[in-house]
Amino acid sequence: MLYETSPTAIVIFAAFVLGVIGFSFFLGRKGQSAQGYYAAHGEIHWFVNGIAFAGDYLSAASFLGICGMIAFHGYDGFLYSIGFLAGWVVALLVIAEPIKRMGKFTFADALDSQFNSRGIKLAVAISTLVVSIFYLIPQMVGAGDLIMPLLGLPHAAGVLLVGVAVTLIVVTAGMVSTTWVQFIKGSLLIFFCGLLTLLILNRGLMVNAGRPGAANLAPQVKTVCPDGTLLIDGKPQSKEHDLRPVGTILALPTRYAGQTSTGPLGPLEYFSVLEDSTIITWSSKKHADAEGTHTTYSPLERKGTDLLKPGGYFKGLVTGTLTDKLDFASLMLALFCGTASLPHILIRYYTVKDQAAARKSTVVGIAAIGCFYVLTLYLGLGAMTSGALDPTSSNMAAPLLAKTFSNTLFAIISAIAFTTVLGTVSGLIMAGSGAVAHDLVENVLHIPLTDREKVRCGKVAAVGLGIVAMALGILFRNFNVSFLVGWAFNIAASANLPSLVMLLFWQRTTKQGITAAVTVGMLASLTWILLSADTFEKVYGWSRESSLVPFSQPGLVTIPLGFVVLIVVSLLTQKNQPTAS
Amino acid sequence: MPENDQHEQTITPAALVRARIGLALFAIYVLLYGGYMALVLFRPALLSARPFGGVNLAIASGMGLIAAAFVLAIVYMVACWLVEGGQAGRQRPNSRRH
Repeated sequence: MLYETSPTAIVIFAAFVLGVIGFSFFLGRKGQSAQGYYAAHGEIHWFVNGIAFAGDYLSAASFLGICGMIAFHGYDGFLYSIGFLAGWVVALLVIAEPIKRMGKFTFADALDSQFNSRGIKLAVAISTLVVSIFYLIPQMVGAGDLIMPLLGLPHAAGVLLVGVAVTLIVVTAGMVSTTWVQFIKGSLLIFFCGLLTLLILNRGLMVNAGRPGAANLAPQVKTVCPDGTLLIDGKPQSKEHDLRPVGTILALPTRYAGQTSTGPLGPLEYFSVLEDSTIITWSSKKHADAEGTHTTYSPLERKGTDLLKPGGYFKGLVTGTLTDKLDFASLMLALFCGTASLPHILIRYYTVKDQAAARKSTVVGIAAIGCFYVLTLYLGLGAMTSGALDPTSSNMAAPLLAKTFSNTLFAIISAIAFTTVLGTVSGLIMAGSGAVAHDLVENVLHIPLTDREKVRCGKVAAVGLGIVAMALGILFRNFNVSFLVGWAFNIAASANLPSLVMLLFWQRTTKQGITAAVTVGMLASLTWILLSADTFEKVYGWSRESSLVPFSQPGLVTIPLGFVVLIVVSLLTQKNQPTAS
Repeated sequence: MPENDQHEQTITPAALVRARIGLALFAIYVLLYGGYMALVLFRPALLSARPFGGVNLAIASGMGLIAAAFVLAIVYMVACWLVEGGQAGRQRPNSRRH
């Protein structure tokens, strides 16, 4: 779909982004020691850090991806919300305090705090880089998806914009300003999503999104011709001839007979009315012939009760084959274990001054994040019935929903979504640059760095990572954002969690055990993903059936594998090594 | 630089108690999360039931899990604060090394 760019939108957007960068320059004038650059002097207040956790964590996948998934498929996006949040319980109750006790700047510090082993530092630094890069790709892709309709620029422009803005932020000020960027973004995101939810509840539900007459239910066909031109229903795409926005209510519950609108609804009423309604969602089917690739969008009449239960997106839950169920369980396990294993989350434990602060900030984080995920259900369902969905892009559901209320709100939400990406990408680049400068250069290669050199090295690494991220964001532009994030969670959980947990709770963990577990966990999950049906189909263009593994998400296999490897190797190396005694 | 030394690795008894509390609460959450996932995987029809006056069990339990995460977090924070009240943050040098 083509979008009209409004000057208001551009002005608000520019104001946000420049404001954020300016703020970071201002804060960056102190904090130039390594302690300041990487760990913000350990002085961030726990409340600020907690909201910054939320800002860090609620990335494009959460805001755009989940709302979009709910808008298109119903309940299943909420399963992601639940899985993502559950991971925080792991982080708080199992990991938060010990990790604070153990480390200085990075995750590798924590795992290595008792062994002083180059093997551990190397393995963990590499796994940090791999996870950070996998997590960066969906953010950059999301940024491109946002910029296209907002500013009318091509996808690559959005990616470059993010890359440059973030690199500027990170290079100028490091952890202090990334923390504040994430605090600002976290607060704004929750505030405006709360506002949007209130507006949704106040508007209530309307037949055909409040438009007169009945919805146009004719299928729509988008054709991409071999020479690249885009046709809609056979004619070239233009502002006057374009895809129609979709997603409406066909019929309200019988108790509203005769009315086309319910008026304001309470939060629980909203769900119950929706369950009793009939909704028109849209499905898409692709086929290719000599004239190009055709995607047909057809309306699908669904009962609310069918949409508001699991199975709309994870078809395996309904069809019930064992491998599909294992795949789902594997994904949910990876989400559960992955949060506590993400390097860019873990480094945020070093920005507060002590364990009590680490604990309190995690509680604040959970409150903020939990609140947000509750809102995603309303936003997604509101978008589903808003009549404004773009059938080609689920990522745009939430911003387009905002547009149905006001252009200004649309601009603000899009700007916030963009700073969402800025915030997460900053955190990831910080984690990655720490891995390079502190872990690889100083600790593995034993190149001694003065404090200033360490900071400079981190900044150079940040720039390098920024460039890699931009290149990959452009390369992977057609990928589903949540799918990519699922990759990152699987790898993080497989590589990092077994070592973290066993180090904390098992006295006989040895350094070889940790090195082996991190290496095997990372390689096994990476290999599994590269051999999975999803990758075969979407990356290599091969058939799904020829894939070499039974289901797509490796977590169920590779996370236990990490534990097993750690235990076996530790037991084999007990005698001659310092253990975690 | 002092920061380059290893951090003090002793665990105080208070830290041990906090860790135990954390794990106990964690076990509760694992049961809740696991139970919910089991329903989703094996008894999805149950989740369509609407016992709460219109809102189905799928949504109610999902919201419930989110609320439970927050409640457990608060319980943990309060419990740790109570434990710390007794120990007043004192470190004992001869405590068992972690």
